[in-house]
Amino acid sequence: MFKAGDYLVLLTLCALLLAAFLQLGRHAGEADSVIVRQNGTETVRLPLRLNRLHVARGPLGLTEIEIHNGQARIRRDPGPRQYCVQQGWLRHNGDIAVCLPNRVSIELTGPRQAHDSLAY
Amino acid sequence: MTRSPTERTLQASADDHRIASLAALAIALGMVDAAIPSPLPGVKPGLANIMTLFALHTLGWRAAVWVTLLRVIGAGLLLGSLFTPGFWLSLGGALASLLLLGACRVLPERHFSLVSHSLLAAQAHLLGQLLLVRLFLIPYDNILVLFPPLALAALLSGAANGLIASHLVQVHDKD
Repeated sequence: MFKAGDYLVLLTLCALLLAAFLQLGRHAGEADSVIVRQNGTETVRLPLRLNRLHVARGPLGLTEIEIHNGQARIRRDPGPRQYCVQQGWLRHNGDIAVCLPNRVSIELTGPRQAHDSLAY
Repeated sequence: MTRSPTERTLQASADDHRIASLAALAIALGMVDAAIPSPLPGVKPGLANIMTLFALHTLGWRAAVWVTLLRVIGAGLLLGSLFTPGFWLSLGGALASLLLLGACRVLPERHFSLVSHSLLAAQAHLLGQLLLVRLFLIPYDNILVLFPPLALAALLSGAANGLIASHLVQVHDKD
């Protein structure tokens, strides 16, 4: 039933499909800046290519946000459970760390907005 | 009753009958398609396209166009989706794959079977639909993230339908 050309078509389509999946993964990973939010509103947007330390003031005290080598993390936070600190470095577009007690959050963003959900 | 001078009788040829029965089978398979639950909107086996492929191989491309368009309209009537967005997507996908099947006639039959036609038509169907969605329904590039998983589904269903159609053609050619 299969002829030589069929294998050619099948292999070509498989290769294109693989390329499409890889392309999708690459685009989702591109982040170039970090959004800092306090009380849910954006206060500042910092580029990831400059290493720096940013301090945000919340109701409990100071949350330190560190940017290093194109990654971002919460370095220090006054919250009791330290979830956002334990999350460590964020690298990908759409990654998010929330320090709920101190009402500070950071989110990585890029030229293309990543998807947290799709609805029809 | 006097015959009106403008009255004409249409004679249905044997090919017309074959096209009609293939279209009827395609509509029935279209109902099966609609009844199969789908994990993701847009992923359907497209069983009705087996009849398009069968018509393409046994009666030629024009017959395949007839069978497909009759199926799209007939299934739209039966499902109550005539002229809804889903119907236009179905029509858009059908037209895109028919155009590609027309272009596929340049492929030498010695090396390419119906499976090739089915695989390529399935991708053309998906591209036609995504293009329509991008232009009219969801005008954002975000929908392109749906492409890889849908293309994988199209690859699998295209291969399955192509194999079924070429089996049917083999059985048909023996008789």
